[in-house]
Amino acid sequence: MGRITEHPILEVGPKAGIPFHFNGKRMLAKPGEVISSALFANGITIFGHHPRDGSAQGMFCANGQCSQCLVIADGVPVKGCMVPVQGGMKVTACEGTPALPKADTAPAGFEPIRTIETDVLIIGGGPAGITAALELAPHGLEIVIVDDKHRLGGKLVLQTHSFFGTVEDCFAGTRGIDIATNLAREMEKYPNIRVMLNTTAVACYHDRKIGVVNQKEYALVSPRCLLIAAGAREKALAFPGCDLPGVYGAGAFQTLVNRDLVRPSEKLLVIGGGNVGLIAAYHAVQAGIAVVGVVEALPEVGGYKVHQDKIKRLGVPVWTSHTVKCAGGGDGVETVTVVGVDESFTPIAGTEKTFDADTLLVAVGLNPVNELYDQANRFGMEVYSAGDASEIAEASAAIFSGRIAGRRMVRSLGKSAEIPGEWQRRWEVLKSKPGATYPLKTQATGSGLFPVIRCVQEIPCDPCVHICPKDMIKIEGDPVLGLPQVVKDECTGCRLCVAVCPGLAITLVDLRGEGPDGLVVVPFELMDSVVGVGDTVDAVDMDGNFITGAEVIKVAEAKPYDRTLLITLKVAREKAAEVAGLRVQDASISEPSGAETCACLDDEIVICRCERVKAEDIREAIRGGVRDLNQLKTLRCGMGACGGKTCEALILGLYRDEDVDLCDVIGFAKRPLVSEVTLGLLAGERPGGETG
Amino acid sequence: MTSHDVIVIGAGSVGLPTAFFLAQEGVRVLVVDELPSPGQGQNKSAIGGVRATHSDPAKIQTCQLSLGVFSEWKDRYGDDIHFRQGGYCFPVYEREHETSLKDLLATQKEHGLKIDWLDAADLIGVLPGVNPDGLRGGTYSPEDGNVSPILAAKAFYDRAVEQGAEFKFEEKVISIKKESGSAKRVKTDRGSYTAEKVVNAAGAGAREVGRMMGVDLPVVPDSHEAGVTEPVEPFFMPMVVDIRGLPGSTNFYFYQEATGHLIFCLTPEPPIPGLNRDSTSDFLPQASRRLIKLFPRLRNIRVRRVWRGLYPMTPDGVPIVGTLRDSDGFYIAVGFCGQGLMLGPGVALNLVSLITTGQPIIPGGIFESFSLYRDYSRPSEALK
Repeated sequence: MGRITEHPILEVGPKAGIPFHFNGKRMLAKPGEVISSALFANGITIFGHHPRDGSAQGMFCANGQCSQCLVIADGVPVKGCMVPVQGGMKVTACEGTPALPKADTAPAGFEPIRTIETDVLIIGGGPAGITAALELAPHGLEIVIVDDKHRLGGKLVLQTHSFFGTVEDCFAGTRGIDIATNLAREMEKYPNIRVMLNTTAVACYHDRKIGVVNQKEYALVSPRCLLIAAGAREKALAFPGCDLPGVYGAGAFQTLVNRDLVRPSEKLLVIGGGNVGLIAAYHAVQAGIAVVGVVEALPEVGGYKVHQDKIKRLGVPVWTSHTVKCAGGGDGVETVTVVGVDESFTPIAGTEKTFDADTLLVAVGLNPVNELYDQANRFGMEVYSAGDASEIAEASAAIFSGRIAGRRMVRSLGKSAEIPGEWQRRWEVLKSKPGATYPLKTQATGSGLFPVIRCVQEIPCDPCVHICPKDMIKIEGDPVLGLPQVVKDECTGCRLCVAVCPGLAITLVDLRGEGPDGLVVVPFELMDSVVGVGDTVDAVDMDGNFITGAEVIKVAEAKPYDRTLLITLKVAREKAAEVAGLRVQDASISEPSGAETCACLDDEIVICRCERVKAEDIREAIRGGVRDLNQLKTLRCGMGACGGKTCEALILGLYRDEDVDLCDVIGFAKRPLVSEVTLGLLAGERPGGETG
Repeated sequence: MTSHDVIVIGAGSVGLPTAFFLAQEGVRVLVVDELPSPGQGQNKSAIGGVRATHSDPAKIQTCQLSLGVFSEWKDRYGDDIHFRQGGYCFPVYEREHETSLKDLLATQKEHGLKIDWLDAADLIGVLPGVNPDGLRGGTYSPEDGNVSPILAAKAFYDRAVEQGAEFKFEEKVISIKKESGSAKRVKTDRGSYTAEKVVNAAGAGAREVGRMMGVDLPVVPDSHEAGVTEPVEPFFMPMVVDIRGLPGSTNFYFYQEATGHLIFCLTPEPPIPGLNRDSTSDFLPQASRRLIKLFPRLRNIRVRRVWRGLYPMTPDGVPIVGTLRDSDGFYIAVGFCGQGLMLGPGVALNLVSLITTGQPIIPGGIFESFSLYRDYSRPSEALK
């Protein structure tokens, strides 16, 4: 718990020097840091207690979508994850229902609510929104981009790893965070792109206006054309203890760790073996956090094999055909119990294992943030969607889908733009799920200096092909999805392929020397303090199995890939081609600790977190014949801050459990606002009292 | 033999209590509604105010009956419908409003309403934090209150089912025909039912159902928008009604639920006729300004959600309840002008009495005010 003081990829940034108080205790925040992250950095993970049952409340979405992180800042209830700390701010925990400040002056007057007329409004300044803007801008169209975060890039800014996809279409081989910077810089060339940061789109109204709000102003935007590129929200999972502080989304975790450089955990476990879960585990290790393991209910992980291999090599186990049974603890997670499941996902009694952990990251999939799209569509607006808001896929696909949407909007606004016929196919390739996995092929070895490519699963990726100065690497079959192969024996030992591979799946073997030992160069993205020249390390194969002890001969930066280290290991000649990486995490971290500590029964699982509605009450209503989710509002389901965004899918899960055909179930009515706004801002008051 | 004794069209604020009280009398009742579940028309759009503070005597007496039903419900039937006797308060900043409200006090008191004029200091005691600048005082009726519309609807529904009432949801009535004898056949898009008596409690769809009954009901829906905030610690009890007219709206009203949520609504000027229920961008700035002007401390409370509901309006602001002159067995309970929730149980008791005994509960002379055949050019309800 605390701050990350060194990171292999990210700048640690300025020191925390902004004083604020929490419950009367003086603390320090970084400039611009949101309250919730500042509190985590100071060891505070409980932000208050719920008025309905007194349950501890903490971080959940870290994305302004829920209201779990409610705190009182200078007397006013605010979402901690969205409001930056101001110097001298007095923050208190939200214990029960907050009180409004009592004394207040009558308003001097109200500013008019501005209506911003524009050709295009883009909601979301992530990869899809930015690339769409870059397609629109050269046509001289007026573009407004709103984004609720303090910088552009969306979730790219959380991605410390290099991107997959194609070099030509989406900057493959470049780290996500660097892609964000490059794209944002590209936009600065266009004065007709107006970027509104820290600004949330909160409503789509019948009169075809979009309500947007920031800390200073509520305004309306009236666009000729609207693009929803608002990304995704994380799916929740219902299990006993799922509402404990310390159970939260992998995306929320990445925000804390990679955006705010906060270390929110000492030891965690991940549920979900898709790319998000696998990468979150990797990011945790990068941040110096112990990872007990990754649990996946399916027999195989859904994410890229190279992501899985990466974490297994570091020493993080991946347990397939397992799920989380429960999380235990008082005011926060203390233990997590996992259990094996059969083909029908039924837990197998007797296979429970309980681990000590303070955090459980949920990475069981994403849902598009599409409610504004649906409303705009209903109100007859010219509306498009791109990126995850349209279809959940990799950021590389979002980059490309933004381009396509951009050009479609150019055309709909009466300008000419070609949409090449092959773009559709390329987009399909970029968003394709991982394909077949093949056995590892033996590589060319004649000269004694050769790369070993452990890329055995069809995924959209091609940087290694483009980087080799000798054109030694070719992709067989599909030019993007196919598997790269070494086709010539002309290696010069430049090591660029080792450095560029986003999957860290290429090593360079050097057997040219005499004697019993050979050399192998492996890529490494942890702190250089973890490994030093002269150390003996555990060298492992592709899947993380121990091969041999190895001596570290050299640790070098892989220029121009400055934050990847290339580590040269000395190992027995016959083992050099087998070595794929080195283990850093001790096996004891993943050993079970004791008995499960969760006393919560299945019926007591909290389904609606905002209003604390339990599974048993919802089940009773379902059994009583309720098929209209709007009737569940009598239990207060969906009446909370998030408006059913989190619980709707979980409630539908309960219907499935009760064998109700979901075709017979009517969903929650969706209404503005998608996020709460103060009356003061809605009225046109300006914070600070300067009203005209 | 008919399939039922009474068919009620509409499972809303009026149809649900009507069904419950009929079923309680042992009447075989069927309720038909085109929506998927109870209270999904205008009931769930209601903000929850229940007052007897009107100017029309029939409305006063009917709402007194409603208040009785709501306030005793939990003790009688066990369901917590979140009824709270928080009163109604009309703060006044203009001389003309002081005069008109004071003029009504005599009639209101005559019908047994507990209501009084409070001077500014006393009013601030009831509404801590109300803007004192120019406050002249206001009326306060402590026996009025508020109730959760959706919990009340659910309670009426659950108890009606318990008493044997039948419900058909997602069925739209397409015709009502007289059959041999006194039987009526109600056809829907999915079925066909018969009964001796048919009640039109179709809310915003009342006129369409009226035509099927062979009568043109002067009911024209317009719409009002409403909003709800996050919960904050409760700091006032009554429903507050500000009857000043401002550009874009006439009166506006709000209260704080026991859970701490603030619910607010305003009457747009000019009215917005039609059936559209989608939120507009005008409402929140208008309502927010009025709320902050009246209660400056509310500037820090956050709005959670907004919606728009329909007010089935009559020419004089008084509902139409009773029988049809030339068609025996047809009953109407329509045109509640946005007050279906507060009038619903009282109207239901009167209707059930009409159906079973031929006489309303409140005196016939007063009940006449609700007649379809009244003179709509008479002075209209002052406290719409």
